[in-house]
Amino acid sequence: MTGLGKDLVGLEPLSADQLRLILDTAEPFKEVSERQIKKVPALRGKTIVNLFFEASTRTRISFEFAEKRLSADTVNVAASGSSVSKGETLVDTAKNLEAMRIDMVVIRHGSSGAASFLGQRIASNVINAGDGKHEHPTQGLLDMLTLRDRFKRLQGLKVAICGDVLHSRVARSNIWGLTKLGAEVGVCGPPPLLPRNIEELGVTILPRIEDAIAWADALNILRLQLERMTAGFIPSLREYNRVFGVTTERLKKAPKDLLILHPGPMNRGVEIDSDVADGEHSVILPQVTNGVAVRMAVLYLLAGGRPGPQQAAGGEEA
Amino acid sequence: MTARTQLLDDRAIGRALVRMASEIVERCGGTTDVVLVGIQRRGVELAQRLKRLIDAAEKTDLPTGKLDITLYRDDLQTIGPRPVVGETSLPDLEGRTVVIVDDVLYTGRTVRAALDEVTDFGRPRRVLLCVLVDRGGRELPIQADVIGTTVSLTATDRVDVLLSERDGRDVVELVRAPAE
Amino acid sequence: MTRPIVIRGGRVIDPSTGGDAVADVMIDDGRIGAVGRNIGSPDGALEIDAAGKVVAPGFIDLHTHLREPGQEDLETVATGASAAVAGGFTAVCAMPNTDPVADNQGVVGFIVRQAQRAGKARVYPIGAISVGQKGQQLAEFGEMVGAGAVAVSDDGKPVMSSHLMRTALEYARVFGIPVADHCEEMTLAQGGAMHEGLVSTRLGLKGIPAAAEEIMVARDIILAELTGGHVHLCHMSTRGSVELIRRAKQKGLRVTAEACPHHFTLTHEACEGYDTNAKMNPPLREAADREAVRQGLRDGTIDVIATDHAPHHYDAKEREFDDAPNGIIGLETALGLAVSELVESGLLTLPELVLRMSTLPARLFHLPGGTLATGAPGDIVVFDPAAEWEVRPERFSSKSRNTPFAGRRLRGRAEVTIVGGEVVYQRT
Repeated sequence: MTGLGKDLVGLEPLSADQLRLILDTAEPFKEVSERQIKKVPALRGKTIVNLFFEASTRTRISFEFAEKRLSADTVNVAASGSSVSKGETLVDTAKNLEAMRIDMVVIRHGSSGAASFLGQRIASNVINAGDGKHEHPTQGLLDMLTLRDRFKRLQGLKVAICGDVLHSRVARSNIWGLTKLGAEVGVCGPPPLLPRNIEELGVTILPRIEDAIAWADALNILRLQLERMTAGFIPSLREYNRVFGVTTERLKKAPKDLLILHPGPMNRGVEIDSDVADGEHSVILPQVTNGVAVRMAVLYLLAGGRPGPQQAAGGEEA
Repeated sequence: MTARTQLLDDRAIGRALVRMASEIVERCGGTTDVVLVGIQRRGVELAQRLKRLIDAAEKTDLPTGKLDITLYRDDLQTIGPRPVVGETSLPDLEGRTVVIVDDVLYTGRTVRAALDEVTDFGRPRRVLLCVLVDRGGRELPIQADVIGTTVSLTATDRVDVLLSERDGRDVVELVRAPAE
Repeated sequence: MTRPIVIRGGRVIDPSTGGDAVADVMIDDGRIGAVGRNIGSPDGALEIDAAGKVVAPGFIDLHTHLREPGQEDLETVATGASAAVAGGFTAVCAMPNTDPVADNQGVVGFIVRQAQRAGKARVYPIGAISVGQKGQQLAEFGEMVGAGAVAVSDDGKPVMSSHLMRTALEYARVFGIPVADHCEEMTLAQGGAMHEGLVSTRLGLKGIPAAAEEIMVARDIILAELTGGHVHLCHMSTRGSVELIRRAKQKGLRVTAEACPHHFTLTHEACEGYDTNAKMNPPLREAADREAVRQGLRDGTIDVIATDHAPHHYDAKEREFDDAPNGIIGLETALGLAVSELVESGLLTLPELVLRMSTLPARLFHLPGGTLATGAPGDIVVFDPAAEWEVRPERFSSKSRNTPFAGRRLRGRAEVTIVGGEVVYQRT
């Protein structure tokens, strides 16, 4: 019996079986979103708070669709800025949520560890929708699901994560999830944007984008936050595109067609060229579709839906 | 030790299905607009068998579908283990006669969930329920229209349906817990 | 007149004379009267049985944050002094990062008076290097020394300006006081929440590279050579720092250094689970750094053990790791950690431990104490190096509870602490 436990704060603590469970559970949820009535009553009566301390359109909407398609009641709380600048501490926020008897909290926060902090202090299920530079587990899962859809396997697959790995929670979740399921992960970016000791997580460092393209089956291209320039990590966006941008020209030299992923939102012409983003090997939009399915699966599994042993025989409804 | 008693052997199951197939056709006044929908998991195999029997007898090609009611259950966290969510795939149900097929009818909660789910997919003209075993013990006002066999059991008893497609052999057994 | 005290039958360790034997110690009129066998009991003397225990000059902490004035809800001079004596310390040096900053004779004098009022441990203020610890204008060293300051430091903040550091080292020579520096190159360390390494990469926390400390250690050594001043390097945490200091000492430079119990006990792995009680500056480093600090203490590259006792309110640590303040309290766990981690492992002998916690701290900052010589202040700790105990923060004398060692079992505990010939702490 493998459940997910109370919270989903990251992919690092999950076992390969737990990861497969989420991906497998996401499969039927893809179909729910294709129905005329895109709604099932699985989480009817559950109340979910989407607690977003950082602005995020896409992740919040994806979670909200996932929740509504499972018939949960949702409340969105957009708390701009950190809890500190707001005056209320995260622990007070947690206690208030607890007092309102909510069932689940989806939290996005600028500080690494905020999701586990919340999870340790409230009885409700907590789902990490991105905490600082730590993890963004549902993004990692939807990337894995998209890769599995296309390649029918993750074992042995070579995935290069390209760009600002240092500041990326998406990169960390992908690294944990993919390596646990037997994929090979490479990271490629300007050395100032690669975190210390990253190779000890079992990833290969690919010094140049050409190396990544020659090596990989798929590229997961990270968004370059524009403020990295003023913080002195890279000289200019123009030069970044020249040296690390994923362009059609570079992809033409690849030994095989590469699948192109991007967690969005994209900076077209910086980390990725438009004709790559819109090209035939881009799965950027299927990623978005899979995002809803993966989040439905996570919500469903945390709410109590669990797999059972293969039934020895049929019969017996309950 | 639990005691196992055979209720139906493979031949008895075969005879029951032949009879059920013809009852379905009778009840529906033919095969026009009839859709067979099996409930995951063994209802799906039974629906396929009924389709083959009806198709052969009536020279038709009945549409079938499968229904996974996991997401429509009313007990998501009251009890523990439950199956992985299975596939739901249904043909157009609008204006059709939908025959829901399952292996065992007990409390009626699965059928309640199936009715809810079917309704979300369209508005059938009529819905029938067809089960291989009706073991009694209903908790909801639901009854089957076509029944393979009826047995009356206590709550501690269990009915196991094994089908060759999934389990390698056809048999229906009563599993009785030992008396204290 | 205070009552004479005779401490009988303990293992008397005095690194200042090399003494280490079972003996009696007599304290009279606030001073050490005699050390020897079968000392007669003066009239009305208090007899303390120290059989099986160690009798040593009281510990002296060169690095304590007392929070008064300004943050008396975290600690006061009085509660800090109580925590000190409960940990076997007879004197502590109070860092100047209070509010207002101890950058003038007024605040320095205030701390001295508060300590006198509290009794308990001796408190020696450390004055700020720069006005307001802003790193610009030199504070009035002479005035502060006149009011009781024993050293200068901008601790809590590094002295980023090499010019200011040079000036401080030169000017401090006039008063014969050391300049204690918190070594942190801010452009490398800015925004960092823990050591930069595998754990920070996994937790997604901004790291502080070891280089941020080592660059400033190297600079301070170079400036010590340039100026001939005495630089004291606070809370050394990296293997690179230890190596730099070792070489500086080989060259005969006036460089001394301290290490904290948490740096010779824990590594950055203590930050797992975002435990904010493992957040401190300098941060907990890697196993190889911890080992280098231990070896530094063994071979004398690092002169003294200091606590960096840094009280924080319980809810200040109850928050996101990035936003939690740095530091832990240390006065009441220092002896236990030192015995458990350094003595039990065979790294230090008990006399060496006393040397690094009492005799050398006194010598480095030119403080009374650190010796059992006749006529020296009657500042004594009686401790049981074999006593096993569990860290229970709720029982601490400190006002604060922020420690990563709660629940840890330690060996070595103060039994009696005597300051100026008076028993100021007796374990109950």
